[in-house]
Amino acid sequence: MSPRPGFVLEVDRSTPSTLFWHGERFSLERLPEGSRVIYAPEPVDPLKDPVAAIRSALSHPVGDRQPLPSLLRAGMKLTIAFDDISLPLPPMEQPDIRQMVIEQVLDMAAEAGVDDVALIVALALHRRMTEAELRHAIGDRIYDAFAPNGLLTQHDAEDADALVHLGLTDQGEDVEINKRAAESDLLVYVNINLVAMDGGHKSVATGLASYKSLRHHHNPLTMQKSRSFMDQHRSELHSSNWRMGRLIAASGVTVFQIETTLNNDTFPPAFGFLQKREWEWGAKDRLGYLASSKALDRTPARLARQIFHSVKAPHRMTSVQAGEVEAVHALTTQHVWDQQGVEVTGQTDILTMGLPYISPYNVNSILNPILVACLGLGYFFNLYRGKPLVREGGVVIMSHPTPWEFNPVHHPSYIDFFEEVLSETTDPIEVADRFEESFASDPWYIHLYRTGHAYHGVHPFYMWYWCAHALQHLGAVVVVGGDKAAVHRLGFRAASTLSDALEMAEDVVGRSPTLTHLHAPPVLMADVK
Amino acid sequence: MKALVFERNLPRFAASRVASAFGSGRGAGIGPLQLLDADQPGLPGTDWFHLRPLLSGICGSDLATLDGRSSRYFEDMVSFPFVPGHEVVGVLDDGGVDHDGAPLAPGARAVIEPVLGCAPRHIRPLCPQCATGHSGLCGNVAFGALEPGLQTGYCADTGGGWSTAGLAAHASQLHAVPETFSDEDAVVVEPAACAVHAVLSAGIASGDTVAVVGAGTLGLAVVAALHRVTGAVADCTLMVGAKHPHQRDLSDSLGADIVVPPDQLARAVRRHVGSLVLAGRLTNGADVVFDCVGTSESVSQSLAMVRPRGRVVLVGMPGRISIDLAPLWHRELSLVGAYAYGDEGPAPASPDGDPTAIAEPRRTFELAIELVGAAGLGSLVTASYPLERYQEAIAHAGAAGRRGAVKVVFDLRSRKGTTR
Repeated sequence: MSPRPGFVLEVDRSTPSTLFWHGERFSLERLPEGSRVIYAPEPVDPLKDPVAAIRSALSHPVGDRQPLPSLLRAGMKLTIAFDDISLPLPPMEQPDIRQMVIEQVLDMAAEAGVDDVALIVALALHRRMTEAELRHAIGDRIYDAFAPNGLLTQHDAEDADALVHLGLTDQGEDVEINKRAAESDLLVYVNINLVAMDGGHKSVATGLASYKSLRHHHNPLTMQKSRSFMDQHRSELHSSNWRMGRLIAASGVTVFQIETTLNNDTFPPAFGFLQKREWEWGAKDRLGYLASSKALDRTPARLARQIFHSVKAPHRMTSVQAGEVEAVHALTTQHVWDQQGVEVTGQTDILTMGLPYISPYNVNSILNPILVACLGLGYFFNLYRGKPLVREGGVVIMSHPTPWEFNPVHHPSYIDFFEEVLSETTDPIEVADRFEESFASDPWYIHLYRTGHAYHGVHPFYMWYWCAHALQHLGAVVVVGGDKAAVHRLGFRAASTLSDALEMAEDVVGRSPTLTHLHAPPVLMADVK
Repeated sequence: MKALVFERNLPRFAASRVASAFGSGRGAGIGPLQLLDADQPGLPGTDWFHLRPLLSGICGSDLATLDGRSSRYFEDMVSFPFVPGHEVVGVLDDGGVDHDGAPLAPGARAVIEPVLGCAPRHIRPLCPQCATGHSGLCGNVAFGALEPGLQTGYCADTGGGWSTAGLAAHASQLHAVPETFSDEDAVVVEPAACAVHAVLSAGIASGDTVAVVGAGTLGLAVVAALHRVTGAVADCTLMVGAKHPHQRDLSDSLGADIVVPPDQLARAVRRHVGSLVLAGRLTNGADVVFDCVGTSESVSQSLAMVRPRGRVVLVGMPGRISIDLAPLWHRELSLVGAYAYGDEGPAPASPDGDPTAIAEPRRTFELAIELVGAAGLGSLVTASYPLERYQEAIAHAGAAGRRGAVKVVFDLRSRKGTTR
């Protein structure tokens, strides 16, 4: 039986309560009659033989690229770059896609006699991965073959000696990327496409770039002009990356792009109820919900966080395509839409969302208040094509505990951003103008980024810029069940219950508003007509 | 007439110490402090005068004494029984003479400079410290014509401010209160003088980053003094660690550039100076840190956020604390005390200090009176109590920050207490 497509439910008197994520917890909320609930499509059938599919893709590339084996030769310099800890979410059960793909690339390289091979984690300004995280992503065999010899490195956007400036785009954007990658005879990029924003030229132009380069598209004006940044053709973020990618290609860097897509089988069977539609819950699902929610209510937040971050997703690969970047990405985007797209008619006055415990930037870490904002207003708000789900001047209601809590190892500059910057202003443009430079050039943040496991000093700014489109578009943002002080620091309103939040929202959008609930995760993309 | 009398009573002292574990000032009712009938103290000489207190503040050092947390170092510098209260504004019902020899008319208000150095003790010749205007450093505070007592409020002979019976004040201690001053303005002159002395001895230079740990009365007075007494601070960045919202608001209004919660102060200093962190310490921190708390935690925090060869000034009275001095040794830090007052200037306290700050020697108290007037520090008085409600008053002072107060005082003018 083929998986069912996404679905928009209209709530009536007989509709059971709707599941809302709330960080490491969840709740069932009764939505007003007439509300809509958007459900993701069911998981697409995975590839039956992913290894064979990978080998086929490498041997039958798309676009203007030769098959990978014919691009490999003895004496050449080969670099394999791959996506970092931010993908996929949650981290997938082993073997990770990166391991499967890189093993095939390395087999082909070995067959061709290539012995100058280096692996680079394309982390841009994200934190360095730990050894355990790397082993999980690429497997012990690859890790042990490369890491001890210094051939597995993590991109360092602050190592001037390891960067090369390739020039300026026709818009005057600096293109500065990893030197080893740029000077290789072949750069193979291994991507996991979780959402439509990922991949394409963004893989190299962002993942292997320096701050000097990134600042041209990671800024509030670009994000305000990206409507949404999940829709490549209406995203200034992507336009900039595409300009840079084309300049990289014109500079003589040969990129062999390998992109993969996943189905949205996001949680293991014990949490199966999380990806089912509530009216279809069976006794096992109800029992699972009751048992886990009761247990989590009695579990300290820190322990609950550990439990959830130990969850590995049973994602399976649904497609793999390789070759020239743009041709590959066009196919990838279609596969993402096939899995995640849901047609929705018309906008809503109020958009509700239950935010889970994880975002791309807090794997094995804390979803601090800035990341809560980014997850809700950056990611969830932008999961649309056409028009935003919520109308201009509408209200987003997010459910999350939003603790005033930070991981000092992963997010040191976030702490100062929250204290020093958001206490002054929440306007993304003012934030950028007044504060970005001092954070980006702070030597301590740079040191922690380069030698520890810290996000770059400028990263919390990017998280705030990710919210720029939503902040410009919305009339108000209400957080249900959040730490009041933290919520107010973000510039949002705090409500104790969903009912209170709806009353507060009515003050903004008027009486009898329309309401739509984004039932995610699993991730979905709304195609709003 | 009544006075709060502190007697040497070991069982009560022990009880107070135990009670204070539940909060500073919580042991006032069972400790060595008792409200007793009292007579006006005798005058130790013709150059002494009776001062009838109007307001008398409750200071951190008073609380430490009442809580049994004071260092035993002071044991030889007090005499029992004594009436506490060294922050005092009062009336000279019979008139008097001030520190400069100027007459003070009957009914004139005066504040006292409470140090009991050589002059009040009739010791001649003056010790080297008193002779050079540093009476706060006098080594004769247990000798001469008076019982031991480093200040009025710790001496059995002089009485203290927590009394309706009045106290004895030596001419060298008396400073006239300006007509324009309210009693609330006048009662904070003493802590303001401590702040003035601290900032003038800190060697602050133009462009320095200055951090203040703690925003109680002393911390806030230091903030005010930094802006209004030292000339150099115009180009400095003044950063304050303040725990409570009202303290943060006051810090802002008194001229702080950056105000953050205390646990964020080191982070904020690091951000401001662009420092790295090594072994939990800033590699290039604040030039000067004023510790206005005086606990192990605050001193350690101050030492961690000051730059190598920087200076940490202890303004709040510390007790017996435990800190690791290896970083102090390795980073060549200066950890200095700033106690009381005397004469200030004209020479800067350190080679890189601001030589323009004080052109000629002046009494710290004179500068403090100007500071209080200019900065409106009388507004720091946020609660007052009659002596009869001393237990409430002391408990309030012990929890001043949490309860939204700054300076708690005894109001000896009437029997009704007020808070604002």
